[in-house]
Amino acid sequence: MRLAEIRDLLDATVIVGEDKLDIDVRTAFGADLMSDVLAFARSGGLLITGLSTPQAVRTAYALDIAAILVCRGKFLSDKFIEIARELNIPVLWTPYIMFEVCGRLYQEGMTACTRLASDVEDKHIA
Amino acid sequence: MPNDEYLEGIFYIQGRDFVDAGAVSSEIKKNLKEKGIPESIIRKVAVITFEAEVNIISYADQGTIQLFVEPDAIIIAADDIGQGIPDIDLALQEGYSTADDSIREMGFGAGMGLANIKKSSDIFEINSEPGGGVHLKCTINIKEK
Repeated sequence: MRLAEIRDLLDATVIVGEDKLDIDVRTAFGADLMSDVLAFARSGGLLITGLSTPQAVRTAYALDIAAILVCRGKFLSDKFIEIARELNIPVLWTPYIMFEVCGRLYQEGMTACTRLASDVEDKHIA
Repeated sequence: MPNDEYLEGIFYIQGRDFVDAGAVSSEIKKNLKEKGIPESIIRKVAVITFEAEVNIISYADQGTIQLFVEPDAIIIAADDIGQGIPDIDLALQEGYSTADDSIREMGFGAGMGLANIKKSSDIFEINSEPGGGVHLKCTINIKEK
């Protein structure tokens, strides 16, 4: 799914990355604890999180995650947005709760990313 | 300690400085990208340094992360001055955590940190004693052996 389609499906606002809405994302990981993301998430996927601290952005950067979708309408600090811009990571923002977000994306064919980031070969990155 | 000839950088980390947690990991990743290290290797290093950084901030008074880039391997040494780990085997169990709320608010404290570091390392060495800080040395092979 293109980020533009994800935006429309979830009534999301694009906070960072208006110029990157053509990025195609096929897998997603939903969590608020970044250590779980660092343990299980797959590169090139979408990070769905209610964590609105800069550490969500830095985690996405560490794993080459394609984009962040902040759910539950969490307030985003200037610092969060500044770091996302600096690290070039698109950020979408939706008022929906994580369950709703995951359900809608799953219905559209998005699948879970469950391989260890360290096991993913470079060629598999979207 | 690895040969100083390969020392790429020393990063100082202040305990309880939660706002910038992860900044060292991001900086190390940028540095390795510029060197043309394969992305899959960089991701391992990024996970190790992120978790090590969060551990120092969360549990120690202060610490350092040193990055060594050898021809065949990357070595991360993380050393801190702080409370140390009384039971390393227990701390390595996935899900075991002594984190407080300030750590969880940052998105950490899931009890995955040391396990993540170990999984991402080809060679994982840890030394710690109560009151004696934590000393980690992680080796990530650049080429398959």
